[in-house]
Amino acid sequence: MMKTFSIGGVHPDDRKISAGCAIEVLPVPKTVYISMAQHLGAPAKPVVVPGDKVKTGQIIGEPAGFISAFVHSSVSGTVKSVGPRKDLAGNPVTHVEIEVDGDEWMEGIDTSDTLAAEVPADVQFIIDRIKGNGVVGLGGATFPTNVKLCPPPGKKADILILNGAECEPYLTSDYRIMIEKSRQIVVGAALMKKVLGVGRVVIGIEENKPEAIAMMSEAVRELAVSSPDYAGMEVMTLKKKYPQGGEKQLIDAVTRRQVKSMGLPIDVGAVVQNVATSLAVYEAVQKNKPLIDNTVTVTGECFPKQSNLLVRVGTPLSYIIDFLGGMPADAAKVISGGPMMGKAVSNLDAATLKGTSSVLFLTEAQTRRKPETNCIRCGKCAEACPMGLEPFLLNKLARNGMTDELEQNAVQDCIECGCCLYTCPANIPLLDYIRVAKGEVIRIMRSRTAPKK
Amino acid sequence: MTTTIIWTIVAITVLGVLLAVVLYLVATKFKVEEDPRIDEVEKVMPGANCGGCGFAGCRAFAQSCVESGSLDNNFCPVGGNEVMKKVAAVLGLEVHEKAPMVAVVRCNGTCANRPSVNDYDGYRSCKIKAALYSGDTGCSYGCLGCGDCVAACQFGAISMDPATGLPVVDEEKCTACGACVKACPKQIIELRNKGPKNRRVFVSCVNKDKGAVARKACSAACIGCGKCEKACPFGAITVENNVAYIDFNKCRLCRKCVAVCPTGAIHDINFPTPAPAPEKAAAKLAAPAAPAAAPETPAGKPAAAGSQETGKKEE
Repeated sequence: MMKTFSIGGVHPDDRKISAGCAIEVLPVPKTVYISMAQHLGAPAKPVVVPGDKVKTGQIIGEPAGFISAFVHSSVSGTVKSVGPRKDLAGNPVTHVEIEVDGDEWMEGIDTSDTLAAEVPADVQFIIDRIKGNGVVGLGGATFPTNVKLCPPPGKKADILILNGAECEPYLTSDYRIMIEKSRQIVVGAALMKKVLGVGRVVIGIEENKPEAIAMMSEAVRELAVSSPDYAGMEVMTLKKKYPQGGEKQLIDAVTRRQVKSMGLPIDVGAVVQNVATSLAVYEAVQKNKPLIDNTVTVTGECFPKQSNLLVRVGTPLSYIIDFLGGMPADAAKVISGGPMMGKAVSNLDAATLKGTSSVLFLTEAQTRRKPETNCIRCGKCAEACPMGLEPFLLNKLARNGMTDELEQNAVQDCIECGCCLYTCPANIPLLDYIRVAKGEVIRIMRSRTAPKK
Repeated sequence: MTTTIIWTIVAITVLGVLLAVVLYLVATKFKVEEDPRIDEVEKVMPGANCGGCGFAGCRAFAQSCVESGSLDNNFCPVGGNEVMKKVAAVLGLEVHEKAPMVAVVRCNGTCANRPSVNDYDGYRSCKIKAALYSGDTGCSYGCLGCGDCVAACQFGAISMDPATGLPVVDEEKCTACGACVKACPKQIIELRNKGPKNRRVFVSCVNKDKGAVARKACSAACIGCGKCEKACPFGAITVENNVAYIDFNKCRLCRKCVAVCPTGAIHDINFPTPAPAPEKAAAKLAAPAAPAAAPETPAGKPAAAGSQETGKKEE
């Protein structure tokens, strides 16, 4: 029997309509805008000034804190400006604007396609390459990968889980890389396995991607015979259920271990990395190539051309849309990410980030919210919540600003997957309220622990 | 039959008397000693329990006044100086008069000034909207228009103007409790001096974007040009992060800034006449020489005309 996580979850329609589109390389735009806040934690500090000549892969931002990452130029050209620019949500963030001139790469970057399968013996070398090349988690949270691969002292991982679930409807970027770059992903996993010193690697893929499962299994088999570095790897087929790609849900599905409230995966000896992160790790370590491009799915029923594009970081969304034939007339909402957890884009001039996985176009009929009615305590939201919370209660508490009670009811454990909102028959905007309350409660919890340190 | 009724009455009366005695004894035995002045102070309070003073309610405020033995840190914004004088009289303390305040909405991003580029279909709450994105318009600092301030006001002093999409403060009803200031996620609303004859001058914009960007998003935005800063004879205006701010303690209501503002971001409220046009060459020469004379001109206008206008005009 196929495994899945034990509590909650919903079954939204797949709509993987761009699954058959091979990854195309998007031409480099004339100007890119590279954000300094492309990772969880403190924004990077820009180290270039207007007028500087930069090459592709050159460092333009340095980490400003422990949880922070390097930012590299994704193009070669001249820095035009360094300053605030509006991000996808319209909020000002420091960007470096670079006018493109040719495509000259930094020395030391291997741009060839040959597979480098030999895992380096030096663990520190691998970590330095990952850190120096600005690799962050591409599953959504963009947490710096090098920090995640170095667990705090006293904690030890015994399993590395690669997340190939891609449980969000519409998204196919992970699916495409699993088919087209399966060997590279497996090498990336072996590199992370070496760093963590774990014996077991599980690549979790949902059952609705049989081709990806076949390709990944073949890559694992092929590489396993080549070197002992590839021992203990397996592909696990998971029963389709959203949000399988949630870190805690995937650990539950694969190992049946439960991460406790406010705990980290490392507490149960697991580290989860996305398959796209694994590919980025491969490129960073074996090819010395910084994280300067990523695969972006451009899709939607109303969009004329479904695509999976390899996009340089900092490419304006408007450029991508124009390249594919312009904005469809009946598109009412543009979403960065999937329909469940993605964020509506309010500014199409905004540039892509390392973690941008998709640009999704939805019509008025697909997105318009229905009028809210009263809660009848049917309990569907509580049944759907994969964290075992009671969204109807949290919603009530949040509306009344009862932060103490919210904390007692573990609002801080909400993963913002949107299952409650998806399932609510009364169209109550549960997550809208819970998300704001969660932020407030976490802030209060932090301020409480801060002075003790 | 009658005896039963008589016995019932007697029994209940006796029981009542006995229980009354018990209650009296218990009440005297376990009496909580409380300063009687707290009750007296509470009596003169407005009783709105709005929390504007920073305490949970009027009684908590009264308790603080009595216990701290000073009124320096205690002020009831709703009751104002009148109530504080009464409180001072009860306690025999001194009170420093405070100028009356009023909530001011520092955004003039009306539907006409600030065209909408996005359509928000989420829940109608500024707090939620602010957490999701920067707003419907190109301005990421301005009013979101979902009316969290209206819901926060216990005195019915704020309403949304459907024509402009901005909140309007009724200065008669506003008690300056500060609930709207706390409710606004964009920190647009500020408590400012009500001013003599309710006249005041303020910058109706908080946009920190560079001039060109701010202007593109909203035609009434402060572009941080600094003309007002130069024009102000009293040093009341500072331009920081591309936005001007008028210190109401220094402002003498001369309205030179209103006249020079190229976008009309500086508002003058309840003045009987429009702001004086900048007397170009003459003003430049005269301003440094006689700064004290300047405020007299607008403030010295007939008072009758001013008070008539007060009722009609709203911000």
